[in-house]
Amino acid sequence: MVTEVASRTFDRLELDSGITLAPVEVAYETYGELNADRSNAVMVTHAFSGDAHAAGEGGWWSTMIGPGKAFDTDKYFVICSNVLGGCRGTTGPGSINPETGCPWAMSFPQVTIADMVRLQKMLIDHMGIGRLLTVSGGSMGGMQALEWAATYPDRVASAIPIATTARHSAQQIAFNEVGRQAIMADPDWNGGNYYGARLPGRGLAVARMVGHITYMSDESMREKFGRKLRTPDQFEVESYLKYRGYKFVDRFDANSYIYITRAMDTFDLTQRGALQTLFELNKARFLLISFTSDWLYPPYQSLEIVKALRGRNCDVAYCNLDARYGHDSFLVEVEQQTEVVRGFLASTFREAAANA
Amino acid sequence: MRKVYGRRDFAIIGELIEPRTRVLDLGCGEGELLAWLKENKQVDGRGVEMEGARVQKAIARGASVYQGDLESAVEDYPDKAFDYVILSQTLQETRYPLRVLNGMLRVGKRAVVAFPNFGHYSVRLAWLLTGRAPRTDLFPYDWFDSPNIHFLTVLDFEALVAKQGWKVERKIFVAGARQVTWMPNLMAEIAVFEVSGQG
Repeated sequence: MVTEVASRTFDRLELDSGITLAPVEVAYETYGELNADRSNAVMVTHAFSGDAHAAGEGGWWSTMIGPGKAFDTDKYFVICSNVLGGCRGTTGPGSINPETGCPWAMSFPQVTIADMVRLQKMLIDHMGIGRLLTVSGGSMGGMQALEWAATYPDRVASAIPIATTARHSAQQIAFNEVGRQAIMADPDWNGGNYYGARLPGRGLAVARMVGHITYMSDESMREKFGRKLRTPDQFEVESYLKYRGYKFVDRFDANSYIYITRAMDTFDLTQRGALQTLFELNKARFLLISFTSDWLYPPYQSLEIVKALRGRNCDVAYCNLDARYGHDSFLVEVEQQTEVVRGFLASTFREAAANA
Repeated sequence: MRKVYGRRDFAIIGELIEPRTRVLDLGCGEGELLAWLKENKQVDGRGVEMEGARVQKAIARGASVYQGDLESAVEDYPDKAFDYVILSQTLQETRYPLRVLNGMLRVGKRAVVAFPNFGHYSVRLAWLLTGRAPRTDLFPYDWFDSPNIHFLTVLDFEALVAKQGWKVERKIFVAGARQVTWMPNLMAEIAVFEVSGQG
């Protein structure tokens, strides 16, 4: 698999808030090779805590991207970039504010899912790609896929939003708020000004622990941990959550946690009008996937989008895959997902070639 | 039923459907008919199927299929969104067939309905001679294990069309590999009706 790890700086990015970020840097990776007519490009959008490293060793979607996999890098050119507001190479609250020479911290402007997508579009413009074969991602990645299809319908042949929603429910906002409050309650957070000092590790770890619980299902937790003990006075599940929580601190910035979860919470496609109207005349093909055991992004949220698309007779496929791993299913239980994504992508590629 | 009859109703339905039209296939299974129509008639097709494993196969085949209950699925589409709405070998399995047919004629200009004919002589004979719920090649299930919940004949369907003020545009009857023209209510194993009207 041909892999490229890269970074690109753009002069400016207009944000939804009206503020202009200048300059702005985006970290990305690509896998496979762009074909001569630039028609085989796939944008993969990462979930909340992901980054540009989607495939290969340690890649967050290495189960789905690679030679012979759902996003077959022998056929397609796969692009994944770190989101705006992130902490893995793309401009975010941990970046240096050129005006002050210090990290932005909480003075970083609020960013939205639409801002993230606008930056991704600048990247594919820069690559000279006129139309993406598909945009696909799960969870917050699915929000970006929806945003792409809604805002740049002529730039995508299809979209594959997985385990996602057109807007967060009160429950989803609530879990994010618990995470944010855990970070802010850590004295080391210090109003966001902790760069170069002690990190708010305890708060961030607790936030991540709550997140992990929501990504799993009752069944998968029972199977994985049950009531097993790690030590005489500690359950296996406690030890696991602490381990995952503190490991997260090494790779994730607490302020990015606050900014990105806010972007997810404020995302609401219906604010621009009814979903039906939003996708009226949309020529892109859609494939939506949900999972039976996903209680964080329940199937009804995918169905709401599918119903709107069908109401306008858009080209939409939908399946609710039988899965046991809860919201994490889109990352770990990929056999059925691979079958549908591979076939959908192949037929979209054929049709796009026939219509070109 | 589709499995039992292989591709026979596909050939007939395939003949009825005009090229380059918009088609909705209700109870589309693994999307074989949609794939056939796309390949041979260049139709713009959609499907609805309840069973997850079939939906996955259909999408993998390239068909745009929605996993859901076909009786309520029809409600979501706009009026006359399709040239044809197909219901192949499924009418007898739906809870409220008239509601489904009305829905089909609302979202489609034409409804194409294929069903096994309960009036076929083999069914009548089986019932008469055994005195038990008929089990024939056409209706191969035990009564307690059957997806079929309505048993209709060619005459029953025609009576409903007349009652609703719909119009039969075309009808094809088959038995085995042959087309039936004589006494279809007695001789036809499968009836295919193309109906128009207001749903």
